Amino acid sequence: MLGLNKKDTSLLVIVAALVMFAPFILNPFPSDSGLAQFNAGYPDLMQRFVIFGIFAIGFNILFGLTGYLSFGHAAFLGVGSYSAVWMFKLLSMNVIPAIALAIVVSGLFAVLIGFVSLRRSGIYFSILTLAFAQMSFNLAYSVLTPITNGETGLQLTLNDPRILGESATADGSIPVTSLFGLEMRSTYEMVVGPWAFQFNAGYYLCGIIMLLAFYLSIRIFRSPFGMMLRAIKSNQTRLNYTGLNPRPYALAAFVISGMYAGLAGGLMASMDPLAGAERMQWTASGEVVLMTILGGTGTLIGPVLGAGFIKYFENIFSKINDTVLHNWFSFMPDGLEDFVVFLIHPFIGKGWHLTLGILFMLVVTFLPGGLVEGGQRISRMVKKKSDDDTNAKTTPAE
Amino acid sequence: MGILEVKDVGKRFGGLQALGDVNLSVAENTVHAIIGPNGAGKSTLLNCLVGKLIPDTGSVMFDGQSVLGRTPFEINQMGISRVFQTPEIFGELSVMENMMIPCFAKRDGSFRMHAIENMHNEKDIVEKAEAMLEDMNMADKRHMHSSSMSRGDKRRLEIGMCLAQEPRLLLLDEPTAGMARADTNNTIDLLKQIKEERDITIAIIEHDMHVVFSLSERITVLAQGTPLVEDTPENIKGHPKVREAYLGESA
Ligand SMILES: Nc1ncnc2c1ncn2[C@@H]1O[C@H](COP(=O)(O)OP(=O)(O)OP(=O)(O)O)[C@@H](O)[C@H]1O
Ligand SMILES: [Mg+2]
Repeated sequence: MLGLNKKDTSLLVIVAALVMFAPFILNPFPSDSGLAQFNAGYPDLMQRFVIFGIFAIGFNILFGLTGYLSFGHAAFLGVGSYSAVWMFKLLSMNVIPAIALAIVVSGLFAVLIGFVSLRRSGIYFSILTLAFAQMSFNLAYSVLTPITNGETGLQLTLNDPRILGESATADGSIPVTSLFGLEMRSTYEMVVGPWAFQFNAGYYLCGIIMLLAFYLSIRIFRSPFGMMLRAIKSNQTRLNYTGLNPRPYALAAFVISGMYAGLAGGLMASMDPLAGAERMQWTASGEVVLMTILGGTGTLIGPVLGAGFIKYFENIFSKINDTVLHNWFSFMPDGLEDFVVFLIHPFIGKGWHLTLGILFMLVVTFLPGGLVEGGQRISRMVKKKSDDDTNAKTTPAE
Repeated sequence: MGILEVKDVGKRFGGLQALGDVNLSVAENTVHAIIGPNGAGKSTLLNCLVGKLIPDTGSVMFDGQSVLGRTPFEINQMGISRVFQTPEIFGELSVMENMMIPCFAKRDGSFRMHAIENMHNEKDIVEKAEAMLEDMNMADKRHMHSSSMSRGDKRRLEIGMCLAQEPRLLLLDEPTAGMARADTNNTIDLLKQIKEERDITIAIIEHDMHVVFSLSERITVLAQGTPLVEDTPENIKGHPKVREAYLGESA
């Protein structure tokens, strides 16, 4: 189906189902229960899941296939966001032209950075991309203030021209982003007993775009071009002596992944029309590296899993505080309760980075293939077990 | 005029004159061996032919065109393929994928953006790669990870990959070095078969005299960066200068 083999098609269908039903899946706990804080099914967070999913899918096309590790991909995210906000300021609040400009500008930017950085490989390539991204970050903060609005960040105002739209709504406020009139913030709430499921227009737009991006990445992975990219990672010498020029292949991969990042940045601005330089900082570049490795470098679904995992941690673990802990452990004797809370304290709230770091280390050490490898091992174990069972029944001796 | 004409090629590494005024002419559709003691400059000469090194002096003409100043992939596209001393293959790719890549290189040139084409629609490539694997007696290994194969099989695959590009000149640098006797004999048979079945010129660097004498029609002896003699295998065997410079040492 759609030019995919059976296995890829079923993967795509599963991901599509997860995206479509995410408001249910991510909201398993009744809102009046103590576990409700582990629910992730609210629009803001769900949008972040799929947007960072797009970012990581694109990053994986470069890193997973060619092995070139970019430490500056957040620059494209930022460029995408700025471009989108400018489109909202100048043209209209429709998200389509904003997203389109984000992709185009980040693509051009990637051609420039990629052309220079790809003259080197290995660690030198990584350092070059990092340098470019930090340069962009600093420029956005200082010299480029007329374009980026410096430290304050780029925002919409009542004086923006918006040629095809309106500068201000009838009641004098700044208009909101929309898709041909469908407001991105509009949310339908479905209340079923103690559960409240939220269906947000912006989330579904991002979700559908992520599915398209995911589909495109499967096609790239399975194409002759994708095979050439894996050949670059495997043996550049042989590629050269097979009459193939690795440079344009790597550059094309770099630009494609830069455009994915720009798309993610454009979507961020479409959900919340502001853009700041911190979006380009090296920590943001590092985050997408972590997402990809954690999920499974070079696998199709890994980056999406990694992105979801990290964003979930960032938003859920960081909200657990000592009061919550005391509530959980209130059944313990007082002294013990305080002690347990004291032990757990460094890992929650602001300390969620520590938890994430430990998990990252464990995954990289014991599951070099990331979460995907974990999944594969479990399914193999289950399979083996059921095989053993059937073997035991049918052929007792072998 | 040979298909490959090397004129007065010299190459220095710092104070070391690795090659000094090498002249070599390889006739079309022959097997030409280059032999010589360790450090004679054989690999250096070969690297000058494929664009890995740029000679300080002289010229290298392939089929009437200069190869100097061209990158390895450009020279390869002119019709020169190279087999390495340790097999260079795409270890992380399957055997079939390894074979498809040179087929793409032959059909599409050094770069083509086929990013969303489906592999199943590349019937000509798939068929050609399969036929080539058949020729190499590797059809049963097509789904294998190429890094998990034996050294002899890797060599066989590498030679097959070079042939899939239909090169006019095939260069081999010690293709049997470090191989067990059986693998060496397999490689000799394979090269003999290639020579019989295809219009191809082969230049081979080799230490193993068994390999050299069972394959080659012309032999050039290189010592200390300069060609000592060039002759037929029969004449080389008894040549006093060669005995002195080379065979005497290993005999
Ligand atoms: N890149 C290099 N830098 C410096 N010296 C080099 C380089 N490559 C080769 N040499 C030197 O040039 C001389 C010729 O080397 P070359 O590898 O061409 O010999 P060879 O005939 O292939 O020997 P062998 O039979 O051992 O492979 C040697 O003395 C070697 O040390
Ligand atoms: Mg050598």
